[in-house]
Amino acid sequence: MNKTLDTIKKTLNKRHNKETRFKYYGIIGIALAILFLFIILSTIVFQGKKAFFSTYIQLELFFDPQIIDPDDTLNDDDIKFANFKKIIDESLKKYFDDVTEKKELRNLSKFISSSEEENLMNKILKDKELIGKKKVLWLLASSNIDVINKNPYMKELPEEDRLISNVELKWIKKLEINNDLKSDYNKNFFFKADSTEPEQAGIWGSVVGSFFTLFVTLLLSFPIAVAAGVFLEELAPKNKFTDFVEVNINNLAAVPSIIFGLLGLAIFLNLMNFPRSAPIVGGMVLALMTLPTIIIATRASLKSVPPSIREAAIGLGATKFQAVNHHVLPLAIPGIMTGTIIGMSRALGESAPLLMIGMVAFIVDIPSTFFEPATALPVQIYLWKSTAARGFVELTAAGVMILLAFLILMNGFAVFVRHKFEKKW
Amino acid sequence: MGFWSFFIIFCILGYCIHWYAKNKALRYNAKIIKEPKLPSLPSYYGIYSFLWFLLPVLSILLIWFFSKSYLLDYILIQSIPKETITNFDGGKTMMIDVIKSINPEKPFPGTDPNMIESAKYYNQINFNSNSYVFIFILIIGLLLSLISLKKISTFFQARQAVEKTNIKILLLCSIVAIIATIGIIFSLIFEAVRFFEKIPFFDFLFGLTWSPQTAIREGQVASEGTFGAIPVFSGTLLITLVAMSISVPIGLLSAIYLSEYAKPYIRTIFKPLLEVLAGVPTVVYGFFAAITVGPFLKDFIGLFGFNIASESAIAAGGVMGIMIIPFISSLSDDVISAVPQSLRDGSYAMGATKSETIKKIILPAALPGIVGAILLAVSRAIGETMIVVMAAGIAAKLTANPFEAVTTVTVQIVTLLVGDQEFDSAKTLAAFALGITLFFATLFLNLFALKIVRKYKEQYE
Repeated sequence: MNKTLDTIKKTLNKRHNKETRFKYYGIIGIALAILFLFIILSTIVFQGKKAFFSTYIQLELFFDPQIIDPDDTLNDDDIKFANFKKIIDESLKKYFDDVTEKKELRNLSKFISSSEEENLMNKILKDKELIGKKKVLWLLASSNIDVINKNPYMKELPEEDRLISNVELKWIKKLEINNDLKSDYNKNFFFKADSTEPEQAGIWGSVVGSFFTLFVTLLLSFPIAVAAGVFLEELAPKNKFTDFVEVNINNLAAVPSIIFGLLGLAIFLNLMNFPRSAPIVGGMVLALMTLPTIIIATRASLKSVPPSIREAAIGLGATKFQAVNHHVLPLAIPGIMTGTIIGMSRALGESAPLLMIGMVAFIVDIPSTFFEPATALPVQIYLWKSTAARGFVELTAAGVMILLAFLILMNGFAVFVRHKFEKKW
Repeated sequence: MGFWSFFIIFCILGYCIHWYAKNKALRYNAKIIKEPKLPSLPSYYGIYSFLWFLLPVLSILLIWFFSKSYLLDYILIQSIPKETITNFDGGKTMMIDVIKSINPEKPFPGTDPNMIESAKYYNQINFNSNSYVFIFILIIGLLLSLISLKKISTFFQARQAVEKTNIKILLLCSIVAIIATIGIIFSLIFEAVRFFEKIPFFDFLFGLTWSPQTAIREGQVASEGTFGAIPVFSGTLLITLVAMSISVPIGLLSAIYLSEYAKPYIRTIFKPLLEVLAGVPTVVYGFFAAITVGPFLKDFIGLFGFNIASESAIAAGGVMGIMIIPFISSLSDDVISAVPQSLRDGSYAMGATKSETIKKIILPAALPGIVGAILLAVSRAIGETMIVVMAAGIAAKLTANPFEAVTTVTVQIVTLLVGDQEFDSAKTLAAFALGITLFFATLFLNLFALKIVRKYKEQYE
């Protein structure tokens, strides 16, 4: 007997050490998971915050009547065809008066974003008095200048690893010394759609596309899913058929999202001839995908309504349908809402099925109907990531930030609904 | 008539019909002096007539919606003179596409004037057909609902009729899930069969080279793309394995800690935080893997003198592992919590420490459930698309080295189908063959996992 006690006493310390170690393993596991989350979010914020600013260059522009309106007609159509690039080039040439070589001049004219030509045109169209006058303006710099300006470490890199040549760097330094280079809010990012030039590309087109897509999704999936949930939970007889429906719904919830994309491609696009890349098709595909989520949420929240409510209603002479429709369903609405919002936020982040039905097209216009080609927020992120130009890296991260902001908003709203309206029985 | 004006008229008409039928029932009741009055409440007669308006309108609208393009194509073909069709090389469908793409206001110079005429005609019927059909639908619905008004009498039980119809509508809604499943299976099988007509089934399943680049012109060297899917499957497995080797230990340890050690308030903080990982869209993980993890691993391992691809399996798999942590942790948390307290108490009574209880009693008892959770996570991992599309390779390579770039089933589906493609080449059809493999693989994994989990749950309940 003593011998056993001895062994126990001897090993006790070791066992306690093991105990502490095991507990720490658990803590390390959680800490790692949280650390990963933190790293992901912080790298994205770190890279993305730069995209909210863009670089501007201050230049004195001379609105030369010879270029804008040589015939002095003041006609809108003539002004529209004027060479506004030349105005900017002339002013750049004057600023950097030591540059004479043709090749270098061409590089110099790439400093200013091509979108400024249209801006100048609109400015002239609005105020024709400007023709023949000089004016100092801040013009949007092109993406390469912007990247260099935002990442000062790049200036130290050797020439071949840098986006711009030594000469160009010298020009930037001249702009900096004269205080003619500034960072300001990037308006294009919030109000424009996609573009080939990073400094002109914006997120708004894809936000609108996502909105249209989700609208279709909600319109289709919410009524169908709630109806199906009510039927299966409250009214359906328990038989083989309803079991089969249930198995189907559970399976549908586990089907990889890309398979829904293949379904959309084969059936909606090829069989039914719906337009490619359109939010209506994207919405239909995502609706099928969110259907099981909302059905399951509906059933869970119907289940949490106590049976006494149904019994009271039926006891007072209501039919089963009336009891559900007038009493149980209204009580379950907050839970259904929460489930719906969560399902919609999942649909917002989903991109794989949208790739299949062609919502990856390069779309410059902001869509205005359900049948026009559009892209969605996560797909835009994917598109920007796949573009080679360096300026798109920051845009992609900023796009991710916008997407996450929408998701946080939606999930926050779901939490709010749950706390505010959901009853605990 | 555009869609929105149709919608507004539809709503107004629907409301009027409901109101009129209800009032008619009220008037009917008022006229009756001797009992019995109408067997149902007046509003049910209103709803009944409204249903007679709504359902025909909805069903014809749906049919129109899905058959419109076929009908218009048919009408267009009928309108084109025979000679124009025979003169056009490329067949009818090609011709229709060409006509649709013509802008009659500003046709390209040199376009056949007959075609421009057809394009004008098409735009016209495209625009007008909607109006005609909308008006037709509204008239049909109105007529039917007016006929249903005749039914209002003491012999007609409107409530029963309405409830029966409503339950049928609900039933129809729940059948949508079945229709979706059937749609998936049939669309995949249909296209996959066309693929297997070109490429033998066993060549696909057991072939060792995957290079789907079909020839651009005939007689080109290597004109037949080869579709041996083994490298693609092995790549998927490799990435899944990497993902699992990260997510299983971390997920399991956090589940054990949260369910056995953590105080309730710690649990309420960290459990939702872990769930956040599951809520982050996969495209975000893909971006993180491609921009941050890939280059970092390349530089880091480069320090030791090894050379790895920046699209290595370990980068994509590792990030996918992070994504899957919450699946494993929350599912195993559930099964660990489901182990009855009496088992723990028994073990403590024998003098075991907490960790010994967990290792020797709880984990073995919860093992089937944990295996089920891992299987569910595996099925998530092989179906995951965006992370691998953004961070894994495109070229299929048969290797077990996680530092090399491999490709997966989902990456291949995306690369084969994105971009304009004709729909009868082996290349695009191959995507459906891969799709059906993926569908059945995940289906069986899920069914199997759910079966294990359910069987295990019954043991203790």
